[in-house]
Amino acid sequence: MTDFQGNDPRSIEQIRKSRNRVLGFSLAGFVILVFFISIAKMG
Amino acid sequence: MTTTSPSTAAPSASQTPLPADWRDLFALTKPRVMSLVIFTGLCGLVAAPERIHPVLAFTAILCIAMGAGGAAALNQWWEADLDAGMKRTAGRPLPQGRLDRTTARDFAGVLCAASVFLMGFAVGWLAAAILAVSIVYYAVVYTIWLKPRTPQNIVIGGGAGAFPPLIGWVAATGHVSLMPVVLFAIIFFWTPPHFWALALFVKSDYAKVGIPMMPVVAGERSTRRQILAYAVLLLPLSALPWWLPGDEHAGAVYGVSALVLSTAFLLLSIRVGLRERTGPDDTMKPEKQLFAYSVIYLFALFAALVVDRFVVL
Repeated sequence: MTDFQGNDPRSIEQIRKSRNRVLGFSLAGFVILVFFISIAKMG
Repeated sequence: MTTTSPSTAAPSASQTPLPADWRDLFALTKPRVMSLVIFTGLCGLVAAPERIHPVLAFTAILCIAMGAGGAAALNQWWEADLDAGMKRTAGRPLPQGRLDRTTARDFAGVLCAASVFLMGFAVGWLAAAILAVSIVYYAVVYTIWLKPRTPQNIVIGGGAGAFPPLIGWVAATGHVSLMPVVLFAIIFFWTPPHFWALALFVKSDYAKVGIPMMPVVAGERSTRRQILAYAVLLLPLSALPWWLPGDEHAGAVYGVSALVLSTAFLLLSIRVGLRERTGPDDTMKPEKQLFAYSVIYLFALFAALVVDRFVVL
């Protein structure tokens, strides 16, 4: 977080939203993966 | 000798710092390098004689990718100052100031730790241990220790990039055998000519920041001869999986592909190895061609290994 507001056309809120969306998808993917790993290990 | 020590540049109080963008975090993982890592890891896994559940195979490849990405991010965290001084790397997120070093370090740490533990719990602890060794090898042995100290950095450090097929193989079989060790050796011996071809045409960049790459320290002529020597060694080594004893050996599809691909690699290396730079206006076309071909070579060689498992001549 060292770039500055004046240098970037996107707002802090836009960048944060976009990052949180990616983080959310990653976490959801991880939970789904752990679920399938558990099933695979049981098999 | 050049060493870097991470420092954090603080923004001035009057400016509002932007949060780290996910694209910059993704760029830290060196996605282009990672594609080769994922591919060779996948080939090691698919070429192995045993099969694992597709979900576990996917997890193994994901862990290899996360580990490689984490190690690459640690490399960029440590070398941000050096990267800023080189044209090739100055556009990366850290030298550009689009990301602060603490965020980069934390991101890298989480990726590395998550990759090893996920691999251990889901796939196996031997594969996880080799993954952990590969991360330490790249981030510490190569980046921090060897790279700023010796022109042999890429020779010894090349081991870091050679781990993925071994990890993929061990993920599938649960043990280390001769075949994945040979695959490791192929990438190990491929790395010096690959990087030195690059180093020949970006020599001034490395010299500027004091990294003792072979062309900078030993000179171009010596580097060219060494490229040739490694290409000569690579020819029989690449065909070795065809001649291995036991059930694990590759078939004729791989063997013939390896001989053809490695002969082309050797011919391009001869062109680089026996020439001299013609002057400051030299476009270094043969070196650029060798570098580009070396990437295609590794992709094609490992693709042939996989095809060989499914097509028997």
